Amino acid sequence: MAAHAHAVAPRTRAVESTRSWRTLDRIGLLFCWAAGIALCLITAAIVLYMLVKGVQFLRPHLLVTHPQPDLDQSKTGGFLDPILGTLILTVIGISVALPLGVATAVWLTEYGRPASLARAVESGVEIVAGTPSIVLAIFGLVVFQQHIFSWMSFTAQGNAVFARSFLTAGAMMSLIALPLVVGSTREALQSIPRHVREASYALGKSRFATIRRVLLPAARPGMATGATLGMGRIAGDTAIVVILLGASLQLQAEGSTPLLKTLRGTGSTLTSYVYNNSPAGEGNAPQKAYAAAFVLLLIVVALNFAVDVLVRRRKEPQWIR
Amino acid sequence: MDQVMPPPVRRIVVDGEPTTVAPPPPRPETANGHPTGVTPLRRRARTSSPGRERMRVEELSVAYAGKLAVKEVTLPVRQGEVLALIGPSGCGKTTLLRSLNRLTELTPTASRSGRILLDDADVERFEVTDLRRRVSMVFQQPNPFPMSVFDNVAYALREQGSKRPRKHDLQPAVHDALARAGLLAEVQDDLDRPALRLSGGQQQRLCIARSLAARPEVLLLDEPCSALDPQSTAKIEELILELRRELAVVIVTHNLQQAFRIADHVGFMYLGHLEEYGPVDQVFGTAKSKRTRDYVSGAFG
Repeated sequence: MAAHAHAVAPRTRAVESTRSWRTLDRIGLLFCWAAGIALCLITAAIVLYMLVKGVQFLRPHLLVTHPQPDLDQSKTGGFLDPILGTLILTVIGISVALPLGVATAVWLTEYGRPASLARAVESGVEIVAGTPSIVLAIFGLVVFQQHIFSWMSFTAQGNAVFARSFLTAGAMMSLIALPLVVGSTREALQSIPRHVREASYALGKSRFATIRRVLLPAARPGMATGATLGMGRIAGDTAIVVILLGASLQLQAEGSTPLLKTLRGTGSTLTSYVYNNSPAGEGNAPQKAYAAAFVLLLIVVALNFAVDVLVRRRKEPQWIR
Repeated sequence: MDQVMPPPVRRIVVDGEPTTVAPPPPRPETANGHPTGVTPLRRRARTSSPGRERMRVEELSVAYAGKLAVKEVTLPVRQGEVLALIGPSGCGKTTLLRSLNRLTELTPTASRSGRILLDDADVERFEVTDLRRRVSMVFQQPNPFPMSVFDNVAYALREQGSKRPRKHDLQPAVHDALARAGLLAEVQDDLDRPALRLSGGQQQRLCIARSLAARPEVLLLDEPCSALDPQSTAKIEELILELRRELAVVIVTHNLQQAFRIADHVGFMYLGHLEEYGPVDQVFGTAKSKRTRDYVSGAFG
């Protein structure tokens, strides 16, 4: 076969030789390669290291037992509460961020008038996206200490509002997820050709019906992608948990109404648990920190994988442009 | 469709009998309904008498950001007829079409003067959603909504705001609309498949079915075949000829042969003006304006 091909015609080489390149260009190329490979190595190192530590320290009972404060490490229990805390906080955060973010994106793409207001909203979203979460946390603490928000946490003696609870932390967490939801929903809406909207109007449909029945269903994969990315960000954030959730070892319910008492109470998440148990924190149980960090990594990797699946499903047939 | 492709437009002018066109004499191959195959330029008889006036455009001017795109156009849209708007790109024919159901209002910079009447009532007086149900539009690119074939057609039927009618209540109307668009046989076995999985030609007929479902009186078509292959185009043209019995059809097309094949009246637009308007034979044969003659003979495009 090869000999035959050779006999027919000399093939031009598909691969470009860098031999003719200038030295600077070759250095640049080398740098690109090095950067890519280094990134792969770093990722692999993190995952492998956490995998080894996880397998080494993670025991099934850790996932289902409550953490206990004790000087004896064998009696400090597992991290059931932080796992629950992560789940609760993520659910609260995304259930606030998703409707808010989708509404913002719809307004920006479908209305967006006056233009100055649209620009203000856009930069507002960008600023929220760029604000460090610890700043959001401190800000949340100030806001939720106001008396009108006392129902979200609880009032201590002397009428001071505590401001630390799943509700307050979840509200601030939603700001972390919001820009991601806005961004990907907006992108999805913008990718719908104009004539599709006009086709709906031309059938005598109102703008609202068009958004509700045509645009939002078409943008659903984008919304799901944004929500999933946002959930990953919420699950991975520490500052808001430490400041606004109290980072108490166990879920500390507040009041007597079922469910609401948990939401008004404090708790911790895997991130704060890792922080507190790491040599930097006060728990000083690095084995458990590793085990919890491994679980957290699994959760975030699973969420990222879900994004991949969603993006791939977006490759549904599309309109002719 | 084993139809012989019509000859180039240039020949039509040569073949036509300019002196005897108005009133158009019945062509031998179409008078008895059996094309002889000698010169199958037309495959149908022309409407004998003009239908009643459904819409009327009076002194219509449309401007985008102050720049006039349509200049003082006056023309009638008659029931039971196909009106084709032809002209070079940017001559305002699509703008004219879009003003008929007030889609131009979606462009913030657009402004309009003059009157458009639907059944003697100014379109300004209508609720815009109501107007667009009566004057529906199909676009250049097939644009089914990202839902099932059934839901695409049912979407037009479902009243906004009110509770959604049950699926089996809508079934007859959906089937009827698909049948009128000549698509029913091809999709009947699986109406729940995503509409975007259909072929381009099927998608465009679905868009027509969707428009027909609301039972419009006027159907606007903006170059409906320009994204389609010849077979799909032939099907859609046949469909248009079928549809013009029950409603008024206005079609914008860049394809002169297409205009010649399906139109009863033709409006030739040039730089926003309606340069020529008349029966198809007149515009393609004995146009009054030299520019029209040049355009239909392919001297410029």
